[in-house]
Amino acid sequence: MIEAELFRSVQRWCEGATAVTGAAKLSGGASQETWRFDIMHPDGPIGAILRRSPKGYGAAPTRAAGLAAEAQLMQLAYEAGVPSPRVLHVLTPDEDLGTGFIMQRVEGETIARKILRDDEFAAARPRLARQIGGVLAGLHRLPQDKLPELRNRNATQEIFEFERDYRSLNWPKPVFELALRWLRDHDPGPSAETTLVHGDFRNGNLIIGADGVRAVLDWELAHLGDPMEDLGWVCVNSWRFGEIDKPVGGFGSREELFAGYEAAGRSVDPSRVKFWEVMGTLRWGIMCGGMMQRFREGPDHSMERAMIGRRASETEIDLLRLLVPRGS
Amino acid sequence: MQDEPTPVELTKSVADFLRSDIAPLIEGHQAFKLRVAINILDLVTRQLTQEQGSDAKEVERLRALLGVDGSVGDLNGVLAERIANGEVDLATPGLAEHLWATTMDKLAVDQPNYASYKRELGRGG
Repeated sequence: MIEAELFRSVQRWCEGATAVTGAAKLSGGASQETWRFDIMHPDGPIGAILRRSPKGYGAAPTRAAGLAAEAQLMQLAYEAGVPSPRVLHVLTPDEDLGTGFIMQRVEGETIARKILRDDEFAAARPRLARQIGGVLAGLHRLPQDKLPELRNRNATQEIFEFERDYRSLNWPKPVFELALRWLRDHDPGPSAETTLVHGDFRNGNLIIGADGVRAVLDWELAHLGDPMEDLGWVCVNSWRFGEIDKPVGGFGSREELFAGYEAAGRSVDPSRVKFWEVMGTLRWGIMCGGMMQRFREGPDHSMERAMIGRRASETEIDLLRLLVPRGS
Repeated sequence: MQDEPTPVELTKSVADFLRSDIAPLIEGHQAFKLRVAINILDLVTRQLTQEQGSDAKEVERLRALLGVDGSVGDLNGVLAERIANGEVDLATPGLAEHLWATTMDKLAVDQPNYASYKRELGRGG
């Protein structure tokens, strides 16, 4: 039982802990799992989250920073005042729990559609676009000398990698070809400044409460690069969940996002943000193709994966809306 | 010639059964998976209904655009290649209209509730 293994680990670093209860798997693919559980303690229960690769699944996908790096980044963010869960413990091999870490559970909502529709978040919603600007500014200012080892990618390298991924699918899509041409023609080159880039900062990877952003999750695609990449990705239409006139996660306008970012003392390059929004839209489309390929060839023969393959056309219409808009 | 009901009618009958008789009995993760299953059957029904017509129009546009003949798959390959090597671009007459028409036909099958699609449909298809 995972509760027994967790309790053995918890006893080592949480003095006074008396039990581990309520362990439940929240999500999990073959290679990565998220569990919630409670640590019983005389001072009151502590809500916790385990994020791990089970034993035998140590190898991270090529683009991922790895769970150890993720733990380090979340801790750095927490210390710098960027909304983030506190990391309680990094797993060691002798604990028999696989690789990963345990963090404090932050209460709130991550399901984008609920955040966009439920009354509970009505007061927070109009403030979120600007608040997200401030959070991103803080994230981009994390001290580089303390970061774990991360890959470094500029726009030119990213275009090259996405083109390679797309061609490997052998899935000729004229709209994707058009987007690749546009990206090559509008490649802004290396940015003046290289910072930490979260890599998957979007509605769905944020814990939101009635008071706004409580935590930034899913740091596994973190890398070094152009900070404008995060501002573009958060605007990709796929993460607006139907609220297509509010580019920033369905919450608000680019102007609000930029104002929040600039109020925190950093500057915005809107043309780079646009470049990364186009890149991000294509990126999600190619990822949908990857899902189709894994559904066909891989061990995950699930209906969900199959249907994500059929969402590539959503990114095609969004690319056309960005690159070849029709009269309004 | 195969007998009837048609594949569309058969698929639709399964989707309707799952939706009205089974969905109310199931909850949790299995209910989510059932919704995905029903969505798949609905998509298959839309494709079986629409594909022939939209493919025929797509091939017609592609032949005019490219000046060659072939299957819808082959011609998409040729167009992709010509865009990649720069022979065809947005200055090429008919390209933008072709990509828009083709993409709208795909969304009509894949995700007719997608907000971008509904917005563009409101502009006249």
